[in-house]
This record gives sequence, C-alpha cells and structure tokens, in this order.
Amino acid sequence: MNFAVGYPVNHGALSFPSELNGQDKEDMTLALESVALDTRLQAILSRAGVGLKAEHYRTIVATRPDIGFFEVHAENYMGAGGPPHRYLTEIRNHYPLSLHGVGLSIGAARPLDRDHLRRLKQLIERYQPGLFSEHLAWSTHDTRFFDDLLPVPYTSETLALVTDHIDEVQDTLGRQMLLENPSTYLAFAESTYSEIDFIVETVRRTGCGLLLDVNNVYVSSTNQRWDPIRYLDEYPLAHVQEIHLAGYTREADEAGRPLLIDTHDRPVDEHVWSLFEHAIGRVGPKPTLIEWDTKVPTWPELKAEADRAEATMVAVGKRERHRAAIGY
Amino acid sequence: MQQLATDRQREFAAALLDATLATPPGLIGPDGELSSKRFSVYRNNVVLGLIEALRANFPATCRIVGDEFFRAMARAYAVSEPPTSPMLFDYGAGFADFVAVFDPAVSLSYLPDVIRIERAWVEAYHARDAVALEPVALAAIPNDRVAELRFSLHPSLRVVRSLFPAVTIWRMNITDGVPRSVDVDSDGEDAVVVRPGAEVEVRLIPPGGAEFITALASGQSLTEATRRAMTEFALFDLSTNLAMLVQAGAFIGYGFAQGESYGKTEAR
Amino acid sequence: MSNETLSILVAGAFAATLGSLLATTTTNSAIAQGTEASRLEKCYGVALKGQNDCYAGAGTTCAGTSTVDYEGNSYKLVPKGTCTTMVTPKGHGSLTPKNS
Repeated sequence: MNFAVGYPVNHGALSFPSELNGQDKEDMTLALESVALDTRLQAILSRAGVGLKAEHYRTIVATRPDIGFFEVHAENYMGAGGPPHRYLTEIRNHYPLSLHGVGLSIGAARPLDRDHLRRLKQLIERYQPGLFSEHLAWSTHDTRFFDDLLPVPYTSETLALVTDHIDEVQDTLGRQMLLENPSTYLAFAESTYSEIDFIVETVRRTGCGLLLDVNNVYVSSTNQRWDPIRYLDEYPLAHVQEIHLAGYTREADEAGRPLLIDTHDRPVDEHVWSLFEHAIGRVGPKPTLIEWDTKVPTWPELKAEADRAEATMVAVGKRERHRAAIGY
Repeated sequence: MQQLATDRQREFAAALLDATLATPPGLIGPDGELSSKRFSVYRNNVVLGLIEALRANFPATCRIVGDEFFRAMARAYAVSEPPTSPMLFDYGAGFADFVAVFDPAVSLSYLPDVIRIERAWVEAYHARDAVALEPVALAAIPNDRVAELRFSLHPSLRVVRSLFPAVTIWRMNITDGVPRSVDVDSDGEDAVVVRPGAEVEVRLIPPGGAEFITALASGQSLTEATRRAMTEFALFDLSTNLAMLVQAGAFIGYGFAQGESYGKTEAR
Repeated sequence: MSNETLSILVAGAFAATLGSLLATTTTNSAIAQGTEASRLEKCYGVALKGQNDCYAGAGTTCAGTSTVDYEGNSYKLVPKGTCTTMVTPKGHGSLTPKNS
C-alpha cells in the first residue's frame, strides 16, 4: 500500500508571516491564553532547527531568536498539563514544529501500543507539527520499556512487521511519517538485507518518508566498516524530508576497532559536516536539525551549530547553481 | 538458522537488564565475530538512561544519600522495576516503596517520605491545568450554606504524610537549600503539593490538615471534613487550614449537595 | 460536639478566613510587579522551584552514552550525602524507632 499521495505534504512553499520576529515580545500573558495555534506556521522550510530543551525555554520565549524550526521528543509532552505544555504552546505560536517520537517501538515483535499511538495522535492534533518522525528500532518488550533505540535484524520477517507497524501508524495518524535510519553498534548474523535495501523496501511498501540522520550514517558506517559516501549515494534520497546532525563519542571495541556512540552531547563532528555537504549537494537543502540532548550547551552555542548548518546549505546551493550555470 | 523476531528480542531484552547473562549469539562486529563490548553499549544506554531519569526526578534524594549511593540504588530499582511506559518523566512511581525495603538505605527511615514528596512534585508538575478559586469567589457563598459546602480539589493536588520531618529534610536538600542538623525523631510533617498555575508549591500542613484535605477530596462536606480532622487532632484549626488551602490554590470549584457537579469559577 | 455546634463553628471559621484572605489578597496584588524573569515564571513556570536547576523532570532522549555502567555492589555502599548531618539524639541517621 502506498499512502504518500493521500497525505498532506509535509513541507511546502509557505513563507513565514512577517510578524515572526519582533512584535508582541511583551505580551506573554496574552500569548499563553491564546490556545488556537497559528497554523500558517505549520510548514517547515529548508532551514536549520534545533531540538527544544527545557534549559532554553525562557531564552527562546524572551528573545524569540531567528531559527527555522524546533523539534521535540513527543514523549516529553505526553503529560496532561503543566509548564512543558505552556512553553511548547507559546513557542509553537511563533515557530514551525517537528515532532520526533522515541518510544513507538516500530521494530518490536509485538503489536504497537495503541494507547501510545492515541497519545501521539492527540499531540499531533494539538500542536500541528509540520513533520512527524520515528525510528527504525525497537524499545519495548513484554511490559517493559527500554529507553534506548535497539537494533533490528534486516530480515524479511522484520521487514514485514516494520511495514505493518508503519502502515498502522500512518492509518491512525492520517499522515505520512518519516523513518529515521539508526545508529548501530553491532550487526545480526541472520540479516539478509543490507540496511539500505531494507529502508528502500520499507519506503516502497509503506509510502513513508525518510529522516536522514547523517551522524547515524557516519556512526554506523564506522562501526560496521561501511563507506559512508557510498551509503549516502545508495540511500533513497528522493524520499528524504528532514536531516539530523549530532555529535558522537569515539570508543573502541574489544579488538581495538573504532566504536562510535551516538551521544548527542557535543558539537557535530567535521566528518559529519562533510557528509552533510555531500548529502545536500545531492538532495538540495532540507529542514536540518541539530540534536544536542545531553550536556546541553548554552543557547548561543547551540544556535551557532544551527547557523553553520544553514550557512552550509546556502553555500552548497550557490555552488550547485554555479555548476549548473557553467555546465559542470 | 533463523530465529523468530520474538525470541530474538526476548533474549536481547533479558540480557540488557541482567549483566550475568551471556551476550546473545549472532550479535557481531564487522569481522563476523560475537562482540560483547558492542552489546554492552546497549546495556549501558538502557541502565544509565534510567538512572539519569531517576536522578532528574529525585534530586533531593540524590543529595541526601550522595551521588555514588544514589546511582547504585537507582540501578537496583531500574533493573528490578524497569519502566512500563515510554514517558520517562513518569518513571519512579514505585521508587519510595522500593527504597523503604532496600537494605543499604533502611537506616534512613525518613528517605521514602522525601521520595514521596519528590514524586508528588513531579506528578503535580505534569498534572492537568485548572484555574484555582480566588478568595473573592468564596465571598458569594451564603453563610447559611457554608456547613454543607463541598470543594473540588485541584487536579495537581497531592498530600504526603510523614512520621518524620520529611518536609524540612526535603526543603534543605533542594536547589538553594542549606543542609543543617535536624532531629529525625522530631514531630512528623505532612505536605500538600499543588500546582495552581505554573509553579509547584510544597506547603507544610498544620495538624489535622491532612485528614481534612483527604476528607474534602473524597467529596465530604466542610462540616464532615472538620469533624474527621478533629477526630485526629482535637485542636484542629479550621480557619488556618482553610486559609492555607485557598492561598495554595487547592480548590477549583465548590458545590453543596453530595455528587453535585461543582461550579467552576470564571477565569481569574 | 453536636452537629449544630459544629456547623456554627464551621460557618464562623469560614467567615473569619474569608475576611483575612480578602484583606491580604488586595495587598498582594498591589505589590505584584516584577522583572522580565519573574513575569516569565508566573506565566510558564520554572522547573527550578524545589527541583534541579533547569530540569523539567526526566526527559526522553534518543541519545546514547559512552559512560560504562560498572555494576557496583550497592550492598557495600553507605549513603554519603547530606544524610550525615541529620541527627537523632542517638547519633547520625535514624535507627527507625517509628513505623512509617
């Protein structure tokens, strides 16, 4: 089944309303009580955004920085009320939002948690995110939730359950979801597909879009001894609607081979910036997120990473236009 | 040999939380050999992630016992009662009961009650929003109906009762708190935790007040609740307790008959 | 105490409470002014009051960790935080004379 046609397109050509910056900075009380969202800000343009952290709530509300969008982890906003919703409502009123799930467990060998899916649906209805994404991973077994993105073997059996689950997600939510490529630390001996073939086939069967995590490409390629450039060149880039960038930590396995860990606790690595340039040289600019989830830096430091991503997209765009013009 | 995904995930999941189990077969590095070090990355991610979640939700507890002890205690809890939901802000509902029977911590008999205060704080923080009654709204109540008055309580409201000075101990171990000597055998303290607006407030309840609030919460009238409070504490001071609760934003509506749907006040 | 006596007591206490509350409310709103930061807190709240600085409760990340979890034997550990300042007449800590 292919749902792509029936769903609202995730990112479009709407421009920002002129009042995005500037006006009404004083009017926080009023803004808090205005429950209705400004849905003109739904579409996420091909700009850079950052993961929204509680540490930065007040700075963002008070200074309203110029940034393309914010992304939140859906599970952090599944409480009934309180400050998280107050801040997110206020921020959502002034910025496009991307919703990133980390707990749906799409790769689990058990039915999806319907209650969790219902909470996601409510969150999407409430905050009208321009993008919704989840991971090619599992995190639940029996009644337990493991707070990590655990790997799946690339087999026909896994493919069948992943596609069934994505079908159910898209049916229930009534919109397309983006699937994120994982960072992996090991491989399964029983895998019969390459990661790329597995993702290609998942997209073909479900019509889902893709979130290309370039840091995950670098981490997994190093850990699995793949060529990351070749990975990107073989990746179904036409389906990519968002890009993630993050920092990793370098460790070694028992044989002394490099073992990179997707820690989101530092700046984006230079290798990853190069891969990002390569990727957007192929697909053009995309909504690009800086993920920094632990040891969260000051707002200016985080914003500088986003600025670099945006500057890279502009530079690559100019370069590509120049190449086209001179027929290179 | 192809294993079913269910079996594969069962053995993977079991080995994540039990470090005495061997790395499941077929989890390999780039040269095709079994790699325990690579599997242990997932083990670390899961267990340390849960410890961090508990540390975030129970900061005063962590300060009281010290970081090293807290991590060991949190680890023991995480392995024995891993979360059942992906909403980790809600993790730790059973932590107080676990710590109460956790051998290395039993000498700190007040600790489970401090944990209960912190847990109530987290629940209040994420509870449904509601507008608290302003004192002026109560002025509209005819004097001859006050005795049968019933309140609906704020959805964030929690009561924590302790035989120890748990509120004092909690307060001196939060941000900006100054730890000092406290007699653990001094009088017990009860707390009401409520978030009427944006901020969670933890207040000490005067004697008999916890019983009073519990009675009001179960839908009893002001008179019935006062009687119950006086049964527990003969000198129960209704005026002080009532003033504290109104100021805390504990009430969101009132009515008269039992089971009547309580009128909410207009927005402030 | 009879129902009637109690009702009278309750009505009296209620009236007294109301009187004092209404008096203080006026005073409070008269001084309710504030800085940018305090207005922000009033509208949106801070996680800080009684909690870790800058933490809105446990989040959920999709990040890993490079820290190794050494499975320490927690039964050999003793609490070493501020609990040592909490004393009873019998010494540090409490020896659980009460049932909680």
